[in-house]
Amino acid sequence: MGQITLQGVAKRFGEVEVIPPLDLTIDDGEFVVFVGPSGCGKSTLLRLIAGLEDLSGGRILIDGKDATEASPAKRGLAMVFQSYALYPHMSVRKNIAFPMKMAGVPKAEQERRIEAAAKALNLTNYLDRRPGQLSGGQRQRVAIGRAIVREPAAFLFDEPLSNLDAALRVGMRLEISELHNRLKTTMIYVTHDQVEAMTMADKIVVLQAGRIEQVGSPLELYHTPRNVFVAGFIGSPRMNLFSGAAAAEYSAQTIGVRPEHLRISATEGKWKGRVGVSEHLGSDSFFYVEDTGLAETITVRSTGEVDLHHGDTVWLTPDEGKIHRFDKNGDRI
Amino acid sequence: MARATSRNARIGWTVAAWFVALLIFFPILYTIITSLKTEQEAIAGFDLIPSFTLESFQTVQSQNNYFRPFTNSVILAVGSTLLALIVAIPAAWAMAFSPTKRTKDILMWMLSTKMMPAVAVLVPIYLIFLWTGLMDTRIGLTILLMLINLPIVVWMLYTYFREIPGEILEAARMDGATLRDEILYVLTPMAIPGIASTLLLNIILAWNEAFWTIQLTTTNAAPLSAFIASFSSPQGLFWAKLSAASVMAIAPILVLGWFSQKQLVRGLTFGAVK
Amino acid sequence: MATRQTQGLARLMRAPAIILLFVWMIVPLCMTLYYSFLNYNLLNPGMTSWAGWFNYQYFYTDPAFFEAIWNTLVLVLGVLLITVAGGIGIAMLIDKPIWGQGVVRILVISPFFVMPPVAALIWKNMIMHPSYGVFADVARFFGASPVDWFAQYPLTSIILIVAWQWLPFATLILLTSLQSLDTEQMEAAEMDGAPAHARFLYLVLPHMARAITVVILIQTIFLLGVYAEILVTTNGGPGFASTNLTFLIYRAARLNFDIGGAAAGGIIAVVLANIIAIFLMRAVGKNLD
Repeated sequence: MGQITLQGVAKRFGEVEVIPPLDLTIDDGEFVVFVGPSGCGKSTLLRLIAGLEDLSGGRILIDGKDATEASPAKRGLAMVFQSYALYPHMSVRKNIAFPMKMAGVPKAEQERRIEAAAKALNLTNYLDRRPGQLSGGQRQRVAIGRAIVREPAAFLFDEPLSNLDAALRVGMRLEISELHNRLKTTMIYVTHDQVEAMTMADKIVVLQAGRIEQVGSPLELYHTPRNVFVAGFIGSPRMNLFSGAAAAEYSAQTIGVRPEHLRISATEGKWKGRVGVSEHLGSDSFFYVEDTGLAETITVRSTGEVDLHHGDTVWLTPDEGKIHRFDKNGDRI
Repeated sequence: MARATSRNARIGWTVAAWFVALLIFFPILYTIITSLKTEQEAIAGFDLIPSFTLESFQTVQSQNNYFRPFTNSVILAVGSTLLALIVAIPAAWAMAFSPTKRTKDILMWMLSTKMMPAVAVLVPIYLIFLWTGLMDTRIGLTILLMLINLPIVVWMLYTYFREIPGEILEAARMDGATLRDEILYVLTPMAIPGIASTLLLNIILAWNEAFWTIQLTTTNAAPLSAFIASFSSPQGLFWAKLSAASVMAIAPILVLGWFSQKQLVRGLTFGAVK
Repeated sequence: MATRQTQGLARLMRAPAIILLFVWMIVPLCMTLYYSFLNYNLLNPGMTSWAGWFNYQYFYTDPAFFEAIWNTLVLVLGVLLITVAGGIGIAMLIDKPIWGQGVVRILVISPFFVMPPVAALIWKNMIMHPSYGVFADVARFFGASPVDWFAQYPLTSIILIVAWQWLPFATLILLTSLQSLDTEQMEAAEMDGAPAHARFLYLVLPHMARAITVVILIQTIFLLGVYAEILVTTNGGPGFASTNLTFLIYRAARLNFDIGGAAAGGIIAVVLANIIAIFLMRAVGKNLD
């Protein structure tokens, strides 16, 4: 079981309010991603749940029981740190065994769980090495192994992939998703990378300045962002946002159109512009259109190969049903 | 630079470096050579080849009872260092892992106590030692040396402890380690190299201390530094014997010093140069 | 880490070191300050009386005091000059690709581990002795007459000994700093057409500036307290020619039993050391964050 409920949870460092009181429920077995720009309080929120920071207000319930004052170890949660935080003086085997040793798990049982975790994480051949002799991806797996063997109520991940190179990151992302499918344990995952959030999460929590901007499934966030911030943050490439006359036409302060919802044509359309940089990836083509009078550049994504190049005059037409409208507070209309 | 240097240039630099190094080392080398000579040879003029006699070493021991000051030096250096570590390890641990707004000020203040010239407190310390009967006792001097080096010990440990990432301690806490487990299984193994270097450097400093040891001892508690200083006047003309006593006084610390070159830089610059 | 239980425990763990150092600093210093205003002689303890500023006045009007201050300055500056200049040179030499670098390093740093009385004795008897020293042997070899170093150039001799002891320290720290110099930076400068002397002037020296500052400040603290070297070699003489402030105060306290006078001298030494300490603390403090 691993249901976590935050009630009015707040954190102040001295005079600075990092997290104003917020409420959030994480259901058992859910994969929840906290995402937001750096400094938005997502890591602090995770550390509050872990018990590594004291709350300034509110309560944390784990499986319905008040865990606000419980020490980190008593909460039954496991955490994978950004730096992996492996014990450099212990072998991989001892690293993985450490939480079980602390909990007084019998030796035979420890061995069984280590073997199982090592097999699942492809670490069997590395059990007697020290962390210093492993690659970044292997260290990452050891950190996960150390979390798995505790059989925790929930896993907490604090930007676990940020120290890996791009190729490895995609691989580890899949492994963590698979792990979740297999274990069906609650996972809370913190990242600043919206792609990680979109690909892994059952539920995304978008944070800004300690406030929850929106909670929802990846597609909910994609289709119906609640405000300009979420609209601009979720989706890659970013949503194009216009204000002024173009927005007034739709009786809104700001309108947003995703790059994939713009049609590009050399002959006709709604807005005229000129192609700046064009990127041809084969499966997709990206165009950065300038001189439209709407915004500095407008990003357009077309599927397949489109024969337009730098300097060409083009017309853009939005998909009328996919235009997002926002009022002067930035909220969705 | 990783680039290949021409062989001739390398030979040139090597010769120059060795020449300078031997020049600097020469007084020590010559003392070692002289300690292996007889008294007649020692004053017979410049000669790098001794007769390899150990007679001077035997004389120093039998006439002056070298072992008493040697034992005193060991007790004072090791004792004061261990005492300092007992006080400094918890302090440095707390400052490194639970820093407060004032931690930096406290560290700077500790450093400032090291700046106080010894001679400024010569009078009161001398009088206190007279009044309390600590004069010429090992215990008095051990405590004094501990206090003198405490700031350096705290500072060195602090810079080493700070290199242990906080996330590791948090991980241990998440893994269910109590404070005791945390210290026993995680912190101590990771801190031991730093503690060992601190120990080594502090033993060297305490061993070579030569102001207070001369001021506050006569015969009973006098370590080698005071023993050698008193050796100078009456025995001045026995070159070989003097050399033998000098060699015995510096040999152990010279060897320790060679092992702690890196830590020396760090310790004596309070972590300012690594 | 910032949980409440750890904060309380941390305070408890810091306390012993802080209290010990506080007592160690404040009690003797207050006593020194108090004695500096007393007529207090250990040979005549019954005659102790309030002296007001007399001890300070006495120091101020004593010609030996100014000689000692001057000697202290010459000693500190002389040793600094030799060790910093020599240290830079030797550090750069050791940093070159040479055979046996490890052994060269060990040889060069060795003098630092020689305790001051031994260093003084070695130089006094083995090296600088007018009849049996190596310098005398060398002088005779070239047909010159040997110099009686400690009688003719007492302060210079002591500077030489102390510089020999501290040269390894400067070398080692400057070498450490030199080795942290980015080689790509040097290669970039070479590509930019900077000749060797320009690279030294514009890259190496600025890179070492911080280490040089640290060497100067730390050595100064220790050099102000030079004592055993003087005691063993010249005993401050001839006259006061090689007496520094530390030695002068030692004389007052231990040879003249003048507690009041020595205390006043001690306070003066504290003031001097503090002026230097302020600079050192700034340099080191910057590195804390």
